Amino acid sequence: MAELTLIEAVRAALARALEDDPSVVVLGEDVGLDGGVFRATDGLWQRFGERRVRDTPLSEAAIAGVAVGLAAQGFRPVAEIQFQGFIHPALDQIANHAARLRNRTRGRLTCPMVLRAPYGAGVHAPEHHSESIEAVFAHIPGLRVVIPSSPARAYGLLLAAIRDPDPVVFFEPKRLYRAGKETVTDDGTALPLDTAFVAREGRDLTLVGWGAALKECREAAETLAGEGVEAEIVDVATLKPYDAETVLGSVRRTGRCVIAHEAPRTGGFGAEIAARVAEDALDVLRAPIRRVTAPDTIPPLPRLEHLYLPSAGQIAQAAREVVAWR
Amino acid sequence: MAKTPPGTERTVARFEIRARGYLTAEGEPRGALPSFAEDRDQLVRLHAAMTRTRAFDQKAVALQRTGRLGTFASSLGQEAVSVGLAAAMRPEDVLVPSFREQGAQLWRGVRMEELLLYWGGDERGSDFADPAVRQDFPVCVPVGTQYPHAVGVALAFTLRGEARVAVVAGGDGSTSRGDFHEALNMAGVWRLPVVFVINNNQWAISVPLDRQTAAQTLAQKAIGAGLPGEQVDGCDVIAVRDAVGRAVERARAGEGPSLIECVTYRLSDHTTADDATRYREDREVSRHWAGEPLKRLRAHLGRAHGWTKEEEEELRARIHAEVEAAAERYLAIPPQLAASIVAHIHAHLPPDLEAVRARLAEGGDG
Ligand SMILES: [Mg+2]
Repeated sequence: MAELTLIEAVRAALARALEDDPSVVVLGEDVGLDGGVFRATDGLWQRFGERRVRDTPLSEAAIAGVAVGLAAQGFRPVAEIQFQGFIHPALDQIANHAARLRNRTRGRLTCPMVLRAPYGAGVHAPEHHSESIEAVFAHIPGLRVVIPSSPARAYGLLLAAIRDPDPVVFFEPKRLYRAGKETVTDDGTALPLDTAFVAREGRDLTLVGWGAALKECREAAETLAGEGVEAEIVDVATLKPYDAETVLGSVRRTGRCVIAHEAPRTGGFGAEIAARVAEDALDVLRAPIRRVTAPDTIPPLPRLEHLYLPSAGQIAQAAREVVAWR
Repeated sequence: MAKTPPGTERTVARFEIRARGYLTAEGEPRGALPSFAEDRDQLVRLHAAMTRTRAFDQKAVALQRTGRLGTFASSLGQEAVSVGLAAAMRPEDVLVPSFREQGAQLWRGVRMEELLLYWGGDERGSDFADPAVRQDFPVCVPVGTQYPHAVGVALAFTLRGEARVAVVAGGDGSTSRGDFHEALNMAGVWRLPVVFVINNNQWAISVPLDRQTAAQTLAQKAIGAGLPGEQVDGCDVIAVRDAVGRAVERARAGEGPSLIECVTYRLSDHTTADDATRYREDREVSRHWAGEPLKRLRAHLGRAHGWTKEEEEELRARIHAEVEAAAERYLAIPPQLAASIVAHIHAHLPPDLEAVRARLAEGGDG
């Protein structure tokens, strides 16, 4: 048991996977001697060698495509894309090959690979370093999309992603990389890859979020508690496959639903959640579903970045409105 | 223009692309042949495989024209490329094809009815039954995206310490794509056992080579990634088999990747969905029929090895019967079950998809 930051938990899971399974190979830009730009792979190159912790050329499409070839041969590549904003060249390989290989060969060839990438705004990064495009990936059949919200979740979900027999994209909230520590038991226990978590119990409304936005959801819940409103928080964790039952179960208890994400509003994954709740639980809703999201704009450069991310205050305000509905 | 003083200017690198061919367009040896090509049986085998590939293509096009197959990409005129590259491989090597390497796939053990099934609209056509090809990649439709897969396969061989080689094929158009260059580059940096074979058939649908690239050769694109690149006469199966063979054995010996550009010509339309008369002259096509690969090798076989008309007719009859039987088997295969449209998306279906699967299984056609 240790108190770890989220980035340390990612590293611990990678080390555990490399230790336990000789078919695991880590590859990406600067993941070797440098240990990754966020230090996710710090020390792994020294411990496991350059054959298994492999610096690649600056080549996102080939990183993903080579991972497909490795995975088809029975390896379990864990590839890092340095920032989600640079993942687009790899998207062709992910959508057209990784996600389809099992289906198009009727299971003859499979693709047990993981593509990790830090996502999200709020760290005063340069242009193209603050994107949150998880919905793009959640729309691709055959792909699993996982986003941890804490060190313990990062550890357990990453191990599960690596062990899964199919391709997983694993988006890490870089804003939370060093935001706090949590007790993580490095015993190789994985978390389920198809289960949302109730992160806080409450009777009055359901707050749904994932990744870094969980931080603002928690802060909002604290504020609301001071006003006598108890929010239940559901951490979606695995956007694909989406655990509709856990969200619906909570909404059936509370009758109210607010969804928060830092991705732009239109076509964001919050729209899918809202639709599913409306389809399956309209009869229990006591107020309209509300979404608190980034506007449909490009993440601003750092001076105005604070205006982009949904704040705890905005989430709390949306919660007050649905609680006060009629 | 003012003359720039030379300073310390000097040549720091120098490159050359060599082109090789053994048979003239008329099938006359230009000189001594590689040792395998002195062996009548080996030449007959190459001739038979090219004949088989052409007969298969003809049947597939006929099936498409009569509504019994979907869009299909013939390899007419390019049989020497796919047969030659496959003949240079060992069974334990892995083929990563594009969509015009049926000659290589058939040589390695993919069944005719499997290819027909795939182009006929059924995923089971890529679930190759023969153990020899279970690790080969299926046809790759998005142009050029197959190259990094071969690099990954070759990396897997290296990590396991296996003396195996990945051979990846693609067309002239694919050499304009980023995946191609990224794959060459990564294979070069890691010195992986992979061979890139380019079928330069002069056309990428309607775009001819001089509008595809300003490069004098496609082989030289390897040079930029630090790989050896060479050009061969892609209508000469002896030259293809020889060059790919040398490249494959170099790779197997740990001497790294290389690229072979096979200069050939697409005598057919791009696919059955294309009409090449819209963009190219019949004259040009007719001219290229003169040096086509089957006629060329057959002429050499006749002159140098006494290949007779009777032997040729016997071979054609045997292949005709084989192709017809494969087509019969293909046409007799019933469609997949309705539930198959979701059954292979994940190893473990999530509840939503499991429900769809169950509904489709119950309702038959969903
Ligand atoms: Mg072409």
